[in-house]
Amino acid sequence: MTAQGAQVRVYIPCDTTAVACGADKVARAIERIARERQREIEIVRNGSRGMLWLEPMVEVTTPEGRVAYGPVSPGDVAGLFEADFLNGRPHALRIGKPEEHPYLKNQERLMFARCGITDPLSVPEYRSHGGFRGLNKALGLAPAQIVAEVTESGLRGRGGAGFPTGIKWKTVSEAQADQKYVVCNADEGDSGTFADRMIMEGDPLLLIEGMTIAALAVGATKGFIYIRSEYPIAFRQMNRAIEAARDAGYLGSNIAGSGKSFMLETRLGAGAYICGEETSLLESLEGKRGVIRPKPPLPALKGLFGKPTVVNNVLSFTSVPVILDDGAAFYKNYGMGRSRGTQPFQLAGNIKQGGLVEKAFGITLKELVHDFGGGTLSGRPVRAVQVGGPLGAYLPAGELDTPMDYEAFAAKKAMLGHGGLVVFDDTVDMAEQARFAMEFCAAESCGKCTPCRIGSTRGVEVIDRIIAGEKREKNLRLLDDLCETMVDGSLCALGGLTPFPGQSAIRHFPEDFDKPSRKAAE
Amino acid sequence: MSTPSPGGHSGGKPGAESGWDSAEARRIIESYRGLDGALIPMLHALQDRFGYVDDAAVPDLAAALNLSRAEVHGVITFYHDFRRTPPARHALHLCRAEACQASGARALEAHVKRKLGIDVHHETPDGRWSLGAIYCLGNCAAGPSALIDGETYGRLNPEKLDALMREAEAGRKEAAE
Repeated sequence: MTAQGAQVRVYIPCDTTAVACGADKVARAIERIARERQREIEIVRNGSRGMLWLEPMVEVTTPEGRVAYGPVSPGDVAGLFEADFLNGRPHALRIGKPEEHPYLKNQERLMFARCGITDPLSVPEYRSHGGFRGLNKALGLAPAQIVAEVTESGLRGRGGAGFPTGIKWKTVSEAQADQKYVVCNADEGDSGTFADRMIMEGDPLLLIEGMTIAALAVGATKGFIYIRSEYPIAFRQMNRAIEAARDAGYLGSNIAGSGKSFMLETRLGAGAYICGEETSLLESLEGKRGVIRPKPPLPALKGLFGKPTVVNNVLSFTSVPVILDDGAAFYKNYGMGRSRGTQPFQLAGNIKQGGLVEKAFGITLKELVHDFGGGTLSGRPVRAVQVGGPLGAYLPAGELDTPMDYEAFAAKKAMLGHGGLVVFDDTVDMAEQARFAMEFCAAESCGKCTPCRIGSTRGVEVIDRIIAGEKREKNLRLLDDLCETMVDGSLCALGGLTPFPGQSAIRHFPEDFDKPSRKAAE
Repeated sequence: MSTPSPGGHSGGKPGAESGWDSAEARRIIESYRGLDGALIPMLHALQDRFGYVDDAAVPDLAAALNLSRAEVHGVITFYHDFRRTPPARHALHLCRAEACQASGARALEAHVKRKLGIDVHHETPDGRWSLGAIYCLGNCAAGPSALIDGETYGRLNPEKLDALMREAEAGRKEAAE
């Protein structure tokens, strides 16, 4: 698509948060008023730049570059036209050039380099912004060389476990089978995370490129993206992007004229958190109940339909194109310790400037919550930050100096998980949050193993007794014992990690678990 | 072969009012038979069309996929999305996950329960609203969030939610700003 003459391009994100805050209505209003005023415009539904507190953020192209306005509500549109926003003129909502906003300027965007900038479904635009360069390099390499590059980069699985991606690929690559698969885990169920969603909505071709490189590396000819049903927009965008890539010859039986074949399909989840666990996801892809499989056998050897399968998170795949394009050494240069590269951190919950911040590992929680996030939205003090989703620990305000690094978090009995941060202010009741973690596990357990299925229900009951002040010391000991059983005895991470949020809450906020006796003392 | 659109979260659709049509259900099932792991796509497609998956579909699904009826029943009941009875006219799902809790979801839930006079996972006696819980819509920086008839809304408060529900009832998509 080329801009004709003085026609202004107007970017209105199709991102879920933008749409949830009215972007579709804003788009309709802009279209209508432009028609009434006989102004030629081209509306592009881009992804979000990740400054989510400013969504819907509308951008226009001007001779000086793109100028942003936000957050725009449908009622603001007439006024924006009055102020001549199509020429980038002043208005109360004018933000200026988005790339000069400190929130974006201070990031290190490798995988989110294009998100929010390009038309997500345009293959030519993707290519003109560096897209498919990684794939083209991969096509010139032997599978073992691709695997070596990924291993050398230090990339660790971004789904939460942090397993070295290159080693997983090597196992699948060396397995002998008539059919191998590449599966993308896009069942981003952790509260406080939305990076997978943003990439699928804002730069879906990047995921296709990353998965295709994985397929070349391991010798797979078929791939699936398992997307949760709570993400209808991401599902739609991904399907359209697959079609666009196929039409342009980047998917199918002759990828970029190489003679190599890779077919990609999407599948929709059906509202089961457990399907984010890789073996449960594979069961679900096969059309079964999402009950986990014991490991071994590893999915790398016996995965989808019993065949060797690479299962990676969206962000693992989307890290790969830049590694192939710029080299392992370039990528490895970012990060700290054994956490290499960049991670899109997601700032959520009670936060003033919520959104997506891609930075090298090593940035501290404090920098994310205060420098980027601007503290709480309510203006009250930060009391706790839950990192890594519903199974992640709650860290108190005093521990915000912790660097974002797999090992530093493990040392604090916490985990980075998928890089989501949920901020709570001082009105939070940590006993309620501890109870919720067990309640959530009880609702979402697949039922396969007893510690998770029964333990979570018993956990809710014991925490209820503690909250009520019933034999407090005895029940705290009982809860400890129960948590130990769940951690050591559960088959997968759901039961195995569920105790962590509650235990961290008791460790850091004991006063919230002692209300009846404190009340009595008053 | 078309890809099913995400179902499960929508309220009753115009088509649903005409009731279950076994012949059409069988045609839908047939059209997905070529897919790998076809059962869940079939269930989504049926629910997308009828608003629910009638028990009458179970033998047809089992026959199409060479499964036992028990296996099909097991899958339908495992996943939160699939319902076995016709839906209420409108479906409201409140996000109950941590990021929304941090921004007021518990208060919003209390408001809705009072307003509708029902608990979560229930329907109003007049069949107008069903109230469901959902754990994360990926709108975590702009909570609290809810799904109303399949559409995600963010930055909600009781007044905004009331307005959106009124508009859903009036059959208008344009929401209060």
